[in-house]
Amino acid sequence: MSTSLEPVSDDIETNDNIHQNQYLTFLLGDEEYGVDILRVQEIRGWDSVTTIPNAPAFIKGVINLRGTIVSILDLRERFGIESVEYNELTVVVVLRVKGDGKDRIMGVVVDAVSEVYHIAENELKDPPDLGYAINMDYMKGMATVDEKMISILDIDQLMSLRDLDQATESGEQLA
Amino acid sequence: MARILVVDDSASMRQMVAFTLKGAGHEVVEKNDGVEALTSAKTESFDLVITDVNMPNMDGITLTKELRSLSNYRFTPILTLTTESSAEKKMAGKQAGATGWLVKPFNPNQLLATAKKVLG
Amino acid sequence: MSIDMSQFHEAFFEESFEGLEIMESELLTLDVGEGDVEIINTIFRAAHSIKGGAGTFGFMNVSEFTHVMETLLDEMRDGSRDVTQYAVDSLLGSIDVLRAMLEAARDNGDVDEGMVAERYAILNNILNKGDEAASNSEAEPVGAAVTPGIAQVWQISFIPHTDLLMAGNDPVRMFRALSELGEVQATVDLAKLLPFNELVPEDLYLCWTVTLAGDTLKADIEEVFEWVEDDCDLSITLLDDAEPRELGSDNDSPVVSTPPQEEITPPPASLKAESTVPVMENSPTKPKKPTEAASIRVGIDKVDEIINLVGELVITQSMLDQAGDDLEANAELSASGDSASQKINADILLRLSKGLAQLERNTRELQDGVMRIRMLPISFVFSRMPRLVHDLSSKLDKKIELVVHGEETELDKTVMENIGDPLVHLVRNALDHGVEIPEVRLAAGKPETGILNLNAYHQGGNVIIEIKDDGAGINKKKVLAKAIEKGIVSSHDKLSDDEVNNLIFAPGFSTADVVSDVSGRGVGMDVVKTSINKLGGRVVVQSEEGKGSVFTIRLPLTLAILDGQLVTVGGESYVVPLIAIIESLQVDRAQINQVAGKAEVYKLRDEYIPIIRARSVFGLDDGVDDLHESLMVIVEVDGAPVGIIVDELQGQQQVVIKSLETNYRKVETMSGATILGDGTVALIWDVNGMVGVHKKKSHKN
Repeated sequence: MSTSLEPVSDDIETNDNIHQNQYLTFLLGDEEYGVDILRVQEIRGWDSVTTIPNAPAFIKGVINLRGTIVSILDLRERFGIESVEYNELTVVVVLRVKGDGKDRIMGVVVDAVSEVYHIAENELKDPPDLGYAINMDYMKGMATVDEKMISILDIDQLMSLRDLDQATESGEQLA
Repeated sequence: MARILVVDDSASMRQMVAFTLKGAGHEVVEKNDGVEALTSAKTESFDLVITDVNMPNMDGITLTKELRSLSNYRFTPILTLTTESSAEKKMAGKQAGATGWLVKPFNPNQLLATAKKVLG
Repeated sequence: MSIDMSQFHEAFFEESFEGLEIMESELLTLDVGEGDVEIINTIFRAAHSIKGGAGTFGFMNVSEFTHVMETLLDEMRDGSRDVTQYAVDSLLGSIDVLRAMLEAARDNGDVDEGMVAERYAILNNILNKGDEAASNSEAEPVGAAVTPGIAQVWQISFIPHTDLLMAGNDPVRMFRALSELGEVQATVDLAKLLPFNELVPEDLYLCWTVTLAGDTLKADIEEVFEWVEDDCDLSITLLDDAEPRELGSDNDSPVVSTPPQEEITPPPASLKAESTVPVMENSPTKPKKPTEAASIRVGIDKVDEIINLVGELVITQSMLDQAGDDLEANAELSASGDSASQKINADILLRLSKGLAQLERNTRELQDGVMRIRMLPISFVFSRMPRLVHDLSSKLDKKIELVVHGEETELDKTVMENIGDPLVHLVRNALDHGVEIPEVRLAAGKPETGILNLNAYHQGGNVIIEIKDDGAGINKKKVLAKAIEKGIVSSHDKLSDDEVNNLIFAPGFSTADVVSDVSGRGVGMDVVKTSINKLGGRVVVQSEEGKGSVFTIRLPLTLAILDGQLVTVGGESYVVPLIAIIESLQVDRAQINQVAGKAEVYKLRDEYIPIIRARSVFGLDDGVDDLHESLMVIVEVDGAPVGIIVDELQGQQQVVIKSLETNYRKVETMSGATILGDGTVALIWDVNGMVGVHKKKSHKN
């Protein structure tokens, strides 16, 4: 079945120049994370999902996105942070994930969406060795904006099929 | 330009011939059967008839003979399309009254040149 | 002007493949020795068309190859050659080669040149054994050549016969053509002119002498008069040339035609064998699976039906629209409690309700109509079978008769494209392992000729295909032993006869000691089953030793839509494909028995059916409830019934299948998802997967 989604931002290929190095940031608790804005399909409020049996805990289930079946991940659970209850403010960021030869659409549940920042390549630093640190493979780097520390995520790695399969098998989280 | 009747039971050949002629501005009527072609010829008038030889129901040779027996087609150019390069098939066409022939395979330009030749 | 011919290629290929099928089926009906002229003619014409088209569109190898076949057929039809079994078989083999060549041309692929050369050799061998050599070595002499580049002056004497005009030819055109070759000067000769009152209006009495100055070959001039060479006296001489050459109607040497024909000779076998073109994997006798085409031929009646249905839909829509408008118009008034307008409201609501019912009907009819567009008769697949049976039975030295029923049964095009290979495998299996050799059959009191039945019919929203043979049946002992050996079942398992027979579909199963050339090749019954399951279908086998076997394939009418039973498990709705359901019932606690620890079985009539609980398969709370008043859906898995306990049974409905894999990944227990009327997602069960997960989980514990 084909995806018939209308992108919020323009096609990745054609608008590289304008939107390059722009990141949409969102909050999980006190921490701020960012994703490449060219990968953001749309932002939705949280609505009920249909659970998938035997899926890892961080896969909340699937939703109907204008006729296409899209899975929703909870990043708090993915990162092993204490989870919270969803409410009207809870947001789902729908992302285009590249990998394994094709594009997939997946949504991530976050507390709230923050800002769009322009962060140049050379401003991205290697992440320091933090306590609860997320696996470094899933990050592109860290940046400081307005005295805030933002962790820029590599969503292709974060949501790769390989990882999903592994997590399903072992029921693990990513801490 | 001219009204041309194209008769061939092979759709791909017919399409190619019709397309080529239409592209040159002619009006083309396609028939995939000799009997239908004859009926069509009786009710409409054509400036040129191009027909395949090997067809079921009524072959091109018979169609040519039938056309020639119609008063308004006595001098109409009729061309047969044939893959046989032997003399007899060509002669059979001529004896039936065909003006000339076109040997398959031919390319569109040859077709157009020949059509031009007979249409003046 | 150049014209892109490739737009006609698709039509040409379609026609040619159809032509090949005609040739093949007619060849199979040809009686050796007699050779019905009509049949041979049909075959000849089909070959002839392919040759012509191939030449026109530039597929010279196809054209040349077909020419050789055509020559052979021509001899057969004019009686100069007998219709021998060898010749027929060789032609059948040639059809396969030709098919491969056409496919290579269409897909821009390679053809096994060695195979082509081999086939050429066979055909030519047959041709040369005859009294007359084929006429394909006719050499066309070129007209007397003159060194080009030197301006020459030709003298042309053109004396048309009086009836030259009768065939629609006109000297004016010839002069025009000549003038394109060079400078023309013509003098008319009135010698033949009759007195005015004797003139016949349609006759031509004029003659001409023409001089043509130019850099022209004689052949070019001859070409101008090509069509009328029999209708005139023509002489073309080169001024200053001592030996004029005369061309006229008495000379029978063939005139050069345009374009000059190339001599068609098949490439010598030895040369081609050294080519480095990669060898094709499939042997020529195996019909290749048709690549999925991007187009479909639809009967115009189906299209008209859709147009009608859409028309009705439009009417219904405007009806509802109108009702909506009226409701709005009436709203204010009715809000104030005015009783008259309340009555109007009630009327409008009635109209709305009727309109909605109509909408439902329209939608359903339109859906059916549209689905029918993708439906084609199964004859497209069944047509491969006669040839297959013919070839295999001779290869195996068995006598087998193929009886086909229900060729007109329609099914979805995509399903049909994918069911071909599994069907072929099942037929091969029946012929190879099922039907016995004549001696064995006679010894068993059976008729020498085995019968293979191929039936197709519609049943309750599905297509049923049966492959039935009256052969030896499945050797249950051997199958069970092999299954135990491969660890598929344990020696302690109690299996019904049906379950044992269906073990042949288990992965990794093969009882053939030698992977026979016919049905081996690593394509096992498990691949057949997987392919059929992928199409949303099921396959089971029933067999009786000594009597024969029946393979029954059940397929959905379409790939996109499924008839499902909605169930609730753990608060979520799921869809169970009806095609897999045997029956549903309310659990009677008394019939549940525990077996060997945790496994449960249910006594249904006189069978013990294993039970699994959907909740535990899904990893939900193990509410060790006593199943009082629970509901159970009995499904068919690997030929045997399995009961699945669910919380609730909802209704049955048709659902549109949506992919889970596109944006997520494959889920073992689910075959896909759908969107229900309320917009929420419901997952569709894969019952085989569920049983698999259940097994895994119970082994873990």
